[in-house]
Amino acid sequence: MKLLIVDDSLIMRRAIERSLGRTHFTEVRTATTGLQAVDMFEHYKPDVVTMDITMPDMDGLTAVDQILKRNPRATILVVSALADKATAVEAIKRGASGFLLKPITAESVHNALEDILAD
Amino acid sequence: MEEVILKIFAQSITRYFATVADGAAVLGTPYLSDENESVAFDFSAVIGITGSHRGNIYYTAPREKLHALLPLIGETTPDDRLCAELVGEITNTISGNAREQLGGGFMISTPFIIEGSPLNIHTSKDSTCYILPVTWNNHRSRVLVSLQQNPASP
Repeated sequence: MKLLIVDDSLIMRRAIERSLGRTHFTEVRTATTGLQAVDMFEHYKPDVVTMDITMPDMDGLTAVDQILKRNPRATILVVSALADKATAVEAIKRGASGFLLKPITAESVHNALEDILAD
Repeated sequence: MEEVILKIFAQSITRYFATVADGAAVLGTPYLSDENESVAFDFSAVIGITGSHRGNIYYTAPREKLHALLPLIGETTPDDRLCAELVGEITNTISGNAREQLGGGFMISTPFIIEGSPLNIHTSKDSTCYILPVTWNNHRSRVLVSLQQNPASP
């Protein structure tokens, strides 16, 4: 399976990638802005996307909209520090498959990815 | 207002270290920044706040602390680039987590990284800057909170 990790933080991209140890993902690519994520989604065609929200150029929620316009069945896990309930609800309303709050651990990422794949 | 805000950021930074680091962070008593005081360590990040509040949130830490923290998140060969990235991510996380209490109107920017120790951290002239000392495994760092409520915000 293919995963696209979208986050403007190098630390976060690497942390998410390291947490994949026992998951089904065999190929991983990364993007640093929402704009880049939308472009990469079209060409790379990942099975799952992890999406930060606060990013330069295009925020993650707009990128979720753009990706779902291109493929309404896309599986997207939003991974964000924005802890207000309204943001998580908004992400799910827009079509994200799940919401994971930062700070993350390898276990929390692993479990969240397993959960959305099980759905 | 200041007491409530400081409590929120104290909870955010405590949550960060409890989740990510091997050992709890100990918070010192917050104090007012002195304009002539050098408050920055080797690496700092600042996030601009708009919406319901206006101002800045800083997190600043010395290289040694960041080198001790990086292996705990899986980075076994710490360097300056990762130190800069880490202060940015910590600032982003504690600011974003503050929305749990401050709500979605508390808008945060992406972090801006400052390397080296400038003489002063610039804060808004209209608001007071509070320094929240954070100690973890005998390593010191600081959260700087310079915020005021936005009168134009509903």
